[in-house]
Amino acid sequence: MATQQTQILGRVLLTPAVVLLFIWMIVPLAMTIYFSTLHYSLLDPGTESFVGLENFRYFLTDPAFLTSLQNTLVLVGSVLAITILLGTPLALLLDQPVIGRNIVRLMVIAPFFVMPTVSALVWKNLLMHPVSGLFAFIAKSFGATPIDWFTDAPLVAVVLIVSWEWLPFATLILLTALQSQDEEQKEAAEMDGAGALSKFIYLTLPHLARPITVVILIETIFLLTVFAEIFVTTGGGPGLQTTNIAFLIYAQALIQFDVGNASAGGLVAVVIANIVAFFLVRIIGRNLEA
Amino acid sequence: MARKVTSRRLIVSTAAAWLFGFLIFLPILWMVLTSFKTELEAFAMPPTFLFFHWTTENYATVQSRSDYVHHALNSIMVAGGSTLIALLIAVPAAWSMAFAPTKRTKDVLLWMLSTKMMPPVGVLVPIYLIYRDFGLLDTRAGLILILCLGNLPIVIWMLFTYFKEIPKDILEAARMDGATIGRELVYVLAPMAVPGLASTLLLNFILAWNEAFWTLNLSTLDAAPLTVFIASYSSPEGLFWAKLSAASTLAIAPIIILGWFTQRQLVRGLTFGAVK
Repeated sequence: MATQQTQILGRVLLTPAVVLLFIWMIVPLAMTIYFSTLHYSLLDPGTESFVGLENFRYFLTDPAFLTSLQNTLVLVGSVLAITILLGTPLALLLDQPVIGRNIVRLMVIAPFFVMPTVSALVWKNLLMHPVSGLFAFIAKSFGATPIDWFTDAPLVAVVLIVSWEWLPFATLILLTALQSQDEEQKEAAEMDGAGALSKFIYLTLPHLARPITVVILIETIFLLTVFAEIFVTTGGGPGLQTTNIAFLIYAQALIQFDVGNASAGGLVAVVIANIVAFFLVRIIGRNLEA
Repeated sequence: MARKVTSRRLIVSTAAAWLFGFLIFLPILWMVLTSFKTELEAFAMPPTFLFFHWTTENYATVQSRSDYVHHALNSIMVAGGSTLIALLIAVPAAWSMAFAPTKRTKDVLLWMLSTKMMPPVGVLVPIYLIYRDFGLLDTRAGLILILCLGNLPIVIWMLFTYFKEIPKDILEAARMDGATIGRELVYVLAPMAVPGLASTLLLNFILAWNEAFWTLNLSTLDAAPLTVFIASYSSPEGLFWAKLSAASTLAIAPIIILGWFTQRQLVRGLTFGAVK
């Protein structure tokens, strides 16, 4: 009897969350789908008309879309590569006995808690400014010409900022995974005469395979929609050099007020994100069973 | 012999770790130092590192020129409000899935998670128009609502993973002793759930505090939290490095301190239990 009562209560308690999330997911998405089939400009209200898939044809064949898709892929790919290639050795290092390890850990994690608008502006001005930035000073001390980051390599600059924000995340997750590694197994391998390198290749790397996959998937979901860093540093420019898909859609919606076209773009973004989400949900779902 | 090698290894790994840690922390350190310089010294080339005229005047100017406190209050209310409301909705839901699971619980959980993976730009247009038509643009209520919904899946997930670890035997024992569900909740479950609740609350507060997509797009002045206030320093005419640094230091200091307390929960919360 008690169980049945619990079941009913359980359903009642679950309902508000499910209903809210359902509305939050379905209503805006349905509206986006509806708008994407309209010719609809906020500058020209009252002239909405059904245009079928015209917006998609326009969005997907717009040269700005290809540029921004390319920028998105470069941004996501580079940040993933940097955070994992630096995060893995860093996690291995922090897994060693280190004097003052907790303080080092705090320093490494700190960037993750900095709000995106602060990291972007501090990097752009205090560090990357071609005349008065810290990087310019370092370059000049070595006799090199300072790089004018946001003119000559704007996308690289954005990649560096975003990588700095996400390096702590990758490091922390890999470190957590390392600490759950079987110590006895490592000791046994040592007894059998395994060197540091072969221990890393045959024991540690396979152990890290899954956390690395999780880092890749979760970072990808957030990196696909990097926005604030671009918004406060470059505004997508110069030209379209730092416009990613998220920023392109924002510009079409809230700068050009083209609702129809921005909605079509939004759906394209949803589809891209869903492809990644599909794999992530499968991994997490498998973990839920265990 | 063996001991000698170990101590050399300790020194090498310590030096390397501190070097990496310092480099990663450098931008934040540099920002804090700059916040105590005069505007002139903030631009100076070569830069001054420690031996400059230390001043706290930037902190005073930030408040007098732009009402920093107003934006800080917005941040506290938006992040705090959205977190509390999310908890109110999430606690019953997580309790239900952890203690009264059905065949569909796993699907419901994964479905909730998938809502978090929808890119916000995908619904920017409709949300913006709904907010415009309902007068929610640039209101705290509007921001609280959107951040609450956006973070709800993470809150439910985190709570679920904590609740699941509470041994069911204890509940059964309480029930045997004749405890009602209400008493069971208050006297048995609540005390055991407090640590999980606290870290969920903390992590969600941090995420909401730093959220910079919806806050930038849906607020301008009245409801603008610190993310938006700091972004206003991006215009060329507003470029005062020392003041930007002072405002930024104030905006991130409390969160970094809170964040340091949540390191462990961070991994659990952000990987949805996929890495422990």
